[in-house]
Amino acid sequence: MSKRGRRKAYYSRKLKVATHMLFYRRHRKPGVKGWELRRRLGSDYPKVLRILDNYLKLLDLQVKTVFDGEVPAEKPTLEQLDKARFYATLRGELTPKETKMIGWRIDDLAGLAIATAHILSRRGKAPRKEVEELLRNKLPGWKVNTNIDRYIRYGYLTQDENEQIYLDWRTRAEVDQKALIDLLLSVET
Amino acid sequence: MQSKKLQKKTGREKLQRAIEMCSSVEERSIDPFLIDVDEVIELIRQYFPEWKIPEDLCLDAETIHHLASVIRLQSQWIKHRSTSLYTDPFLLEEKLTRMDRKEIVEIFLKAWHPIVEMEQISLHSLSEAIKYWKGLLPLSERWKEIPPTKVEAGLTTRDELIKQRILLDKVFSEELENFWYELKRKVEEKDQKRKIRYWDFIGADTYEETVHRAFMASFLVTYGYATLKIYPLEEEIFITPYEKPVTKTGNKQLVSIPLAITAEEWMRWKNGEPR
Repeated sequence: MSKRGRRKAYYSRKLKVATHMLFYRRHRKPGVKGWELRRRLGSDYPKVLRILDNYLKLLDLQVKTVFDGEVPAEKPTLEQLDKARFYATLRGELTPKETKMIGWRIDDLAGLAIATAHILSRRGKAPRKEVEELLRNKLPGWKVNTNIDRYIRYGYLTQDENEQIYLDWRTRAEVDQKALIDLLLSVET
Repeated sequence: MQSKKLQKKTGREKLQRAIEMCSSVEERSIDPFLIDVDEVIELIRQYFPEWKIPEDLCLDAETIHHLASVIRLQSQWIKHRSTSLYTDPFLLEEKLTRMDRKEIVEIFLKAWHPIVEMEQISLHSLSEAIKYWKGLLPLSERWKEIPPTKVEAGLTTRDELIKQRILLDKVFSEELENFWYELKRKVEEKDQKRKIRYWDFIGADTYEETVHRAFMASFLVTYGYATLKIYPLEEEIFITPYEKPVTKTGNKQLVSIPLAITAEEWMRWKNGEPR
């Protein structure tokens, strides 16, 4: 086999392993930590992920990197990548009809959007009472608490002992926070 | 005298109020700039010469601590305002209230990229499961009650109990003390500045005996009969007996040191190889 052929076979094998690791849940939470990928794929795992991401583009999917703490301003170091968590997410957008297929009612999704935007505008945390009040404008009272608890259960929001609500790991993985704020502000009401 | 007391009382109340204000900013994410830091610092400075008893000094320190948290929040606030994520919460709230659900969802969908996950059983795991199922005994057999066997009551001797390892031939504390004397004796024999290599002390002819000696050595250290000295660079561990058991640990933080007593290590020690 030629050198090029060997290289191709090497990466195609690694791509399969990376796909299995990203798509099948291995822990309580989905996604894989960088160090886990390094252990299975070797130190060139960022390259394997780049190739996989390129391949997933065709399927409207992507490899999403969520850094531990702040997003590095420059090219992330290997240490930052090792601590980061990688997910396979949708690259494009879902239509409202599709959201129904994956189990989201329009009310619930609107509630999540409102809660997320509100917390974002409050520098990442807001009292639960405030979020409840805001949701009560659009949702029936009995649904408000159930919905907030559901967002917490799914990992979109989290709550501390002082009843402060924060954005949790799933929002960081799934929601483009800047795009959401920009889009909401650009709406003319 | 009376006015001095009154002044102290007022000072305490003022500091308490400042702490409460700072706490409410910390806990309820209120605008941290609502607190006039200069004013609180002035207050702390004004009353500081009055404080003599520890409780008052603690109150003073607590106020400074909370004020420091507020200053940290103020810095975060400025940092956030300078980022592209900053938006006026009232403006956003106004927009959210005016928009209908459909509109909000349409916007959210543009910024939402849900995680893709798969749940699927593979042929391999299915065949493994079938194999397991075939080998699994029926519940009636697994949960079968074992009828108690009838045992004739009889007499036993102490020697027999020791043989069955129900009783020890020595009381544990007695065994531990003997072990301590042995350590002291060995250290004196070797005359190695009151210390002996850990492995030279616990090492025995058989692996089982070595493990037992390591087990006893761990109690010597835990109960204050001896101490371990670790030289990480040289990768050497020494054990030093105390003249008398040390019961008080003082303010020193106790640490656990895991030491692996593997058969390979024991073999290396026995053959005199470096570890």
